Amino acid sequence: MNSIHDMGGMHGFGRVEAEPNEPPFHERWEGRAGGIVETMSFPPGFPGDRFRYLRETLRPDLYLTQSYYEQWLYVAEQILLEAGMISAQELRDGRPAAGEAKRNDAMRRDVVWDYLHDRTHTGRKLEQGPCFAIDQRIRARNMQPEGHTRLPRYARGKIGTVTRHHGGHVLPDAHAHWQGPAPQHLYTVRFTARELWGEAANARDTIHLDLWESYLEPA
Amino acid sequence: MSQHSHGRDDSAKIADHHHIHSELPSDPALRVKALESLLAEKGLVDPATIDAWVEIYESKIGPRHGAKVVAKAWVDPAYKQRLLTDATKAIGELDMLGGQGQHMVALENTPGVHNLVVCTLCSCYPLPVLGLPPAWYKSAPYRSRAVLDPRGVLKEFGLELPEHVKIRVWDSTAEVRYLVLPERPAGTEKLTEEQLAALVTRDAMIGVAKVTA
Repeated sequence: MNSIHDMGGMHGFGRVEAEPNEPPFHERWEGRAGGIVETMSFPPGFPGDRFRYLRETLRPDLYLTQSYYEQWLYVAEQILLEAGMISAQELRDGRPAAGEAKRNDAMRRDVVWDYLHDRTHTGRKLEQGPCFAIDQRIRARNMQPEGHTRLPRYARGKIGTVTRHHGGHVLPDAHAHWQGPAPQHLYTVRFTARELWGEAANARDTIHLDLWESYLEPA
Repeated sequence: MSQHSHGRDDSAKIADHHHIHSELPSDPALRVKALESLLAEKGLVDPATIDAWVEIYESKIGPRHGAKVVAKAWVDPAYKQRLLTDATKAIGELDMLGGQGQHMVALENTPGVHNLVVCTLCSCYPLPVLGLPPAWYKSAPYRSRAVLDPRGVLKEFGLELPEHVKIRVWDSTAEVRYLVLPERPAGTEKLTEEQLAALVTRDAMIGVAKVTA
């Protein structure tokens, strides 16, 4: 979706401000929010890509003004509401509806480490070979999906060169919408800064993106 | 169903949810507390498990893991070769947490090439080797300008690169995670691998700084 999360190439946000000796969490609640999101029970088969998509659906004014962990909270609430695992009333009240049975399958503390170790396997074997070869010139498609995509606006319609093939990977555009993993070949594509940003850009600089096959067409 | 109509179905549902969210406490600390207690009472989360998660990111996972990888690559040319060929496997040899670092690629800085990592669409970051990302990495100024004006961004970090150095910016748009292998600083020939690892900073492994001795 073409929303505020797709920030590459924008002006107006000011200087990058780095904080010396930044702690992992600035306030206790940030750690609690992170821990809730990472260890709570998810709806069965919940596609990880939907997490990113739901964050993108945050209203643009809130996306820019809420802190990172506030946005995680929004996503956690959204996931549980969508799946009917909590109700709007329960969320307002901060307690379960009367007569609700308590589940007993929440993640236990002794498995967190293994859980962090095992997730994010997005690589998939594909029967069909890749359509594009290393060093091939391609054009990133000019497309405006209303749903989730990982093709940023700044690369759409631009010509680049394939530099690496990563094999098959789960396609976020389908997966985020519960349409299954729909794996496709994934490539690293190199764009020159001049192709993306015009003649004023440094002629030596390049920008590299990981793009799925359906994002690309021969150039 | 096409992606377009999916997007529309979602927008109706999401508009409903926006309404609910506007009724929740604006203080995030209160909102987290309410959500945690609701979920704990429903058996959807175990507060002791949240404690364990916080502890892992406060004390067990951080940039010192990445620093070990870098120092090993500096002293062991065969390891460096393996790291540049298949970083996932080479980092796996050191027996560190996998997680979001499943598909790793190492990017070598040289006197003529400088690599810089960003995620313009969200905040993808090689968690197992660097821990949680700093706030600036997740911020709008960095995400918007790292791809458009990398030299300007680097200047804000105090790093001014000569015109002839090629800058390669890596936008983490998939599940591939990037780790910059910085240049080994001059005058460190006599240091041990461990002493070298102590010099390597998080910022150098993202590409916004050089390692100095």
